[in-house]
Amino acid sequence: MIEKAFEGGKKYKLWLLFLLAIIAAGIYQYSIQLEEGLSITGMSRDVSWGFYVANFTFFVGVAASAVMLVIPYYLHHYKKFSQLVIFGEWLAVGSVVMCILFIFVDMGQPQRALNILLHPTPNSVLFWDVIVLFGYLAINLFVAWVTLRKEKANLEISKLIKFLILLSIPWAIAIHTVTAFLYSGLPGRHAWLTAIMAPRFLASAFAAGPALLILLLMVVKKLTYFKPEKEAFGTLAKIMLYGMLVNIFFYGLEIFTAFYSNIPSHKHTLTYLFFGLNGYSKLVPYVWTSVAFGFVSVFMLLFPAIRANHKTLAVAATLIFFSTYLDKGLALVIGGFIPSPLETITEYTITGPEFTISAGIWAIGALLVTLAYRMTLNVRQS
Amino acid sequence: MKFDNKVNRKEFLKLTGIAALIGVGGKTGFSLYASGQEPETDSDENKNKIRYGLLIDTKKCPPDCTDCSDICHSKHNVPSYKSKKIEIKWIWKEPAKHLFPENNWDLKPVAAKNVPLLTVCNHCKNPPCVRVCPTQATFKRDDGIIMMDYHRCIGCRFCMAGCPYGSRSFNYKDPRKGLTELNPDYPTRTTGVVEKCNLCAEKIGDGSSPYCVEKCSKGAIIFGNLNDPESEIRKAIEQDHVLRRKAELGTEPSVFYKV
Repeated sequence: MIEKAFEGGKKYKLWLLFLLAIIAAGIYQYSIQLEEGLSITGMSRDVSWGFYVANFTFFVGVAASAVMLVIPYYLHHYKKFSQLVIFGEWLAVGSVVMCILFIFVDMGQPQRALNILLHPTPNSVLFWDVIVLFGYLAINLFVAWVTLRKEKANLEISKLIKFLILLSIPWAIAIHTVTAFLYSGLPGRHAWLTAIMAPRFLASAFAAGPALLILLLMVVKKLTYFKPEKEAFGTLAKIMLYGMLVNIFFYGLEIFTAFYSNIPSHKHTLTYLFFGLNGYSKLVPYVWTSVAFGFVSVFMLLFPAIRANHKTLAVAATLIFFSTYLDKGLALVIGGFIPSPLETITEYTITGPEFTISAGIWAIGALLVTLAYRMTLNVRQS
Repeated sequence: MKFDNKVNRKEFLKLTGIAALIGVGGKTGFSLYASGQEPETDSDENKNKIRYGLLIDTKKCPPDCTDCSDICHSKHNVPSYKSKKIEIKWIWKEPAKHLFPENNWDLKPVAAKNVPLLTVCNHCKNPPCVRVCPTQATFKRDDGIIMMDYHRCIGCRFCMAGCPYGSRSFNYKDPRKGLTELNPDYPTRTTGVVEKCNLCAEKIGDGSSPYCVEKCSKGAIIFGNLNDPESEIRKAIEQDHVLRRKAELGTEPSVFYKV
């Protein structure tokens, strides 16, 4: 079946080569990072996690959002998703692989990565995150692969697969909850110390994931024979809208609690993000971009005509994707370190090598998703 | 592990000893007891006997003196860089208002707010860094010292996010390049691991004090066993008005400030 992934025209081969070139550039920069250490990144003593961990956090959400297809199809027998579920699962696979790689490149001593399993430490949330992420990867890879094989042979899926599919639902919630616990359980990091961190993560994930999937399916529709039903797009758009509305609501709750209580330590990070603090304001434009994109996209999606039109839907999905990416990917992680526990402000700027390594990981994710999608389409066609 | 009447005291100690060695049980793992409900007698008797700590007398510490950090950093091969962003610090000074932000600084003169006070790893009784470390590279010793195994640390920096005091530094580059002088008696670190004050664990075994305490000509730092009612440090804490940084977080620092 895997050979079907490589069957495609000249354009397809060129796209694969393009991705491989970016991956090569990423690997090259990573080799320099291995030599020089993480000093080639923008991270510092005060902002000790940066772009890598931000991307990790964001893509855990994208991975978890596969359940937004699994639940309607397998629990509610929503038939319009029958052809689409597997695309959500492949996206989850690609995303989890990216997450694992982002954590890996963030390590100062990556050759010791196995220490997490050699010295299992149940009191560390990171230990559990590794367990649930690898578990989620295994479940989705297995389920997507087997369902495609069964589809090819025109067979029903077995009870075991059905069980694994149902298991993937709470598991998806688990990966993002555990990822939220990485942040929300730390004393002294006030911006993260919030009980609604996990629900916030899930809400933004269920906006960002469907947004990315809508865009990917539009590309598939444009480039291949596969034409997903209009109604399926409409349903994904509604899911995305609900996710984003809840996400904005949750963010509002954070702002209310911080500013109405007027506790300085609870306000600091939010003040830094929205208005700047003590003259430091590097993230302010990104945060307001995120806010603007979020509100505009939600406003657009409220109109059925905009959801039905693919061009306007693509615009709204793009806005939601970048809005959530800037919020969760960048502002949340970096903002959490500002101000530092010693009340000082060190700002963070991404470096070229750091971006190239990240781009390499995105390209690996894109390559996996491309190959999986192509394989699925070719198998279905034959 | 099965605990019934058949397990005698010796076996019990053996089992808990092994558990303590691999870092489960006790306070590093999910404790059987919620904090505050811990039994009076600890399974490891030694654990309660010694808890090392420091008392910093802020009045005795001259603002512009750096003797303690100089000796500490040179003895422990702590590198120094031009860039503040990636600096490594074990013991250093910060303005008082930054160490105690929750204090009421409102009507205090600027000089009082900015008076430089010593800061160092607090060797917390309930250390968040130990709780979050995924490999037990950071662990708590029976004598209360929070130690690091630089050969096990994977450099994930979860402990740096977890420490509410900013006491931890990460080796963003090869620390040997930041050393002008090398102390052959203490190991250097490698790129990509976290490090911090170890309360001179390599030195205090024979009853002597940490370098910072020894070096201070003003006697501004007292070192001792907090669990010994007769110790100098314990008596000073009982008698004087002392503060701990961010006590409301429940980390129970072992570093006290006399104000």
